Amino acid sequence: MASKNLSIDVDNVVMKFGHFTALDGVSLKASYGKVTGLLGPNGAGKTTLIKVMTTLLKPSQGQVVVDGINVLLHDKEARKHIGLAGQFAAVDEFLTGRETLVMVARLYGMPKKQAEEKASELLDKLGLSDAADRQTKTYSGGMRRRLDLGASLVATPKVLFLDEPTTGLDPRTRLQLWDIIRDLVRQGVTILLTTQYLEEADALCDYIYVIDKGKMIIEGTSEDLKKSLGQDIIELKVADSNLDKAHKMLKKLAGDDAVVDDLTRRIRIHTESGSEDLLKVANELKKANIKAEELSLHRPTLDDVFLAVTGNHAEDTDK
Amino acid sequence: MSGISNTAQIVKRNVKRNFRIPQLLVFSSIQPVIFLLLFNFVFGGAVGGGGEVKYINFLLPGILAQTALFGAIQTGVGLAEDLNKGVIDRLRSLPIARYAVLAGRTLADSVRNIFVIILMSCVGFLLGFRFHQGFINFAFAALLVVVFAYAFSWVSAVIGLLLKDSETVQVAGFLWVFPLVFASSVFVPVQTMPSWLQVFARNQPVTQVVNAVRHLTEGGVADGSQYIWRTLLWVAGLMVVFAPIAVWRYRKIQ
Repeated sequence: MASKNLSIDVDNVVMKFGHFTALDGVSLKASYGKVTGLLGPNGAGKTTLIKVMTTLLKPSQGQVVVDGINVLLHDKEARKHIGLAGQFAAVDEFLTGRETLVMVARLYGMPKKQAEEKASELLDKLGLSDAADRQTKTYSGGMRRRLDLGASLVATPKVLFLDEPTTGLDPRTRLQLWDIIRDLVRQGVTILLTTQYLEEADALCDYIYVIDKGKMIIEGTSEDLKKSLGQDIIELKVADSNLDKAHKMLKKLAGDDAVVDDLTRRIRIHTESGSEDLLKVANELKKANIKAEELSLHRPTLDDVFLAVTGNHAEDTDK
Repeated sequence: MSGISNTAQIVKRNVKRNFRIPQLLVFSSIQPVIFLLLFNFVFGGAVGGGGEVKYINFLLPGILAQTALFGAIQTGVGLAEDLNKGVIDRLRSLPIARYAVLAGRTLADSVRNIFVIILMSCVGFLLGFRFHQGFINFAFAALLVVVFAYAFSWVSAVIGLLLKDSETVQVAGFLWVFPLVFASSVFVPVQTMPSWLQVFARNQPVTQVVNAVRHLTEGGVADGSQYIWRTLLWVAGLMVVFAPIAVWRYRKIQ
């Protein structure tokens, strides 16, 4: 594929830290004007890949082209075309919101007056005008994220990298950030975002890459990914006292496919026929006189995809 | 040219940092004043009691150098903090000169040093310190201390970029700064030390700058002007070695 039509073209990138291979031959392509998601558990290599794409890390091997610029050869030029909002919301606590944005604008080479105008415009856009002249140590987590995002938007970048933009935010603030991101897409910004939240990828991303242990393991639209799991799922929740009984009963119907999820205490089976199987389960429950607390039929969610392809170890790795 | 304006922005940011974070302001103002008062009144009687030179006139040049070196530790501490908070990554993602972040940090610390030197000279004046060689020479002495501290800021920057953890940098800072400050002519004449220590104390940079400042403020230092040259030589030497290493380490940040 010609790089010209791609906003991001990562080809076979390897990143080694000593003996540890953080990225093991990773490729990724993103189109202009789209949101591409990079999904993976902690320690999968998401942040490392973002750092490689934004010139912060030089990979041991591979090619990276962003907005038509070879990032590895022309890093300073590339930095003019990209915006980065990192995982930590790197805003200085002792500066005010306005000072932060003016500083970044001045660092991009804007004259003072233009920098001040740009800062006001962004503060307004991100709903921070009222807090603009307060030191950011008084800001909430969501406000800091928005300010950090603002800093990455100062140079009106064509390609924007967001590393876990909503991690640690409460649900309402998360939705606010989603709205801001959607707004940017409408204005034609290309976005690459990493997230651990599948619903976030589902809600925002046109195309999703799932990365684990430094390797891309699956890619596609969220529909593609869900389809790749194929069958629908029936999920049953009963009182704990009835769990064994209900499990045995479903095993008769579905064999070893009937498994109890340790975390949620729900029994799930895959189904081809959907509602027909659901009726069967309901009838069996009635016969055995087991009361269902919940019984549902649903399409596989991205969570199901994620657990299926990463082998359910998201919880036991730390960094 | 853009490198210079980049640096100016970073200086501005760091000066605000130095003056807006209360513990940093206390560290750079109240702490050195307490040192000055303590040493003057505790040691003043024993060490300087009988001499012709009032102890404060002997002490202030030494305390200025000590404060400058303690301040230099903060260059590395601040860099490590910025690294951990992701500020450095943010700055590195911008199209700015690579050296701007380091130059901006070290220059801002020099601004703080100028402030501290003025403050301490005022307190010293109240304690009896006088410019016995005239104000011009004193101003030159103050400038010498600032330049001296600037060179050590680059040493500290290298340590900060290597150790990357602000508390470790702080502790490590005292490890290299204490011997330099105490095995020097800051508090007592070098001749009173054991001969093996004298070799180190006579030649190390702190003694040069302290003697140079004494020469320029109090006078009466044998071969006084040679210490000015030796100080500048140390400054040049440290800069030539440590500034490139710091920039190199900065480029290599992962």
